[in-house]
Amino acid sequence: MKRTLILSALLLIAVPALADEPITLTLQNHKFTPAEIHVKANKPSMITMINKDATAEEFDSTALKVEKVVAGNSKGNIRIRALKPGRYPFMGEYHAGTAQGVVVAE
Amino acid sequence: MLSALLIVFREVIEAGLIVGIVLAATQGVPRRGIAVSVGVGAGVLGACVVAAFAGELAALFQGNGQELFNASILLLAVLMLTWHNVWMASHGREMARALKAAGHEVVTGKRTLGALGVVVGVAVLREGSEVVLFLYGIAAQGGTSNAALLAGGALGLGAGAVVSALMYFGLLTIPAGRLFQVTSGLITLLAAGMAAQAVLFLQNGGYIEVMTGTVWDTSWLLREDSIPGRLLHTLVGYVEAPNGAQILAYLGTIVAILALMRLVGKPSPRPRPQPAE
Repeated sequence: MKRTLILSALLLIAVPALADEPITLTLQNHKFTPAEIHVKANKPSMITMINKDATAEEFDSTALKVEKVVAGNSKGNIRIRALKPGRYPFMGEYHAGTAQGVVVAE
Repeated sequence: MLSALLIVFREVIEAGLIVGIVLAATQGVPRRGIAVSVGVGAGVLGACVVAAFAGELAALFQGNGQELFNASILLLAVLMLTWHNVWMASHGREMARALKAAGHEVVTGKRTLGALGVVVGVAVLREGSEVVLFLYGIAAQGGTSNAALLAGGALGLGAGAVVSALMYFGLLTIPAGRLFQVTSGLITLLAAGMAAQAVLFLQNGGYIEVMTGTVWDTSWLLREDSIPGRLLHTLVGYVEAPNGAQILAYLGTIVAILALMRLVGKPSPRPRPQPAE
């Protein structure tokens, strides 16, 4: 009983530290879907990028301060820090012609 | 083709500048060519391995493998650069003086050649793995326009080598007496920039969650992803919108290196007047 209490207390502490459900971002044919991601301002969030292409892609955003390589047919988690309201563009660096997107914090 | 050239060039600039600085910092040191070549060779090999196992690497440490790996090799480079500067501060000057007087080549810094070789290796590895992934992606798609893209990539690599040479020969125009001061200053800033970059990777992995707020934003003045921004990013650690932890790491590294250099440089046997030219 006591242990359960402690465990639930720990869970209560642990839960707020976790971000909301990760936002899924899919890359296929070197294009992002959705190309526009909405997140809450001033709150960290997490994007899970699923790369359905056969080749690797680098999620690259100077505005978001993220560089993350996601191998072909694989996925990766991208942490987005608490953002001030605004638009934060990102791209797939290896196919910047088509792989473009933006995170909108509001 | 132009886009491939630009992408590869952007990636190789960093490694190119670092190789140039290391070559200048080891000017006159015997066998430095070997140390730098081994560093570049190991870096290229490592880049291919990292690129080949990008998926496996990323999956380590609950999906934070890439961030931890990048932060670790950057911090390794920071340590090596610090060691080089501190060692040079303690031994470099008197050795240079003695050897110059004896009419020999300056052989200071021989002890830290290995350390600088590691730094070159890390720089090539980091940028190289992205180039490998990019070029492999092009090659894997097949088709006719790819030859042009690959040619663009090769030209980008060549342009990176030119940057390296420009940095090196540019630094060599500095009089030999001042060169040591200039390279040690450059190495201090390189190390500070790398420390700040390592902090960013640790933040992106969720290991540092304090001081993540942006302190200032100069993107209106100079965009970090432009070529000049990229150059300054490598050379002095320019970041368009740094957060508190990055600034702290940057300043902390500079202070630590300067303090260590002063500390070991101090116990000189006896203050001697500078010999007249």
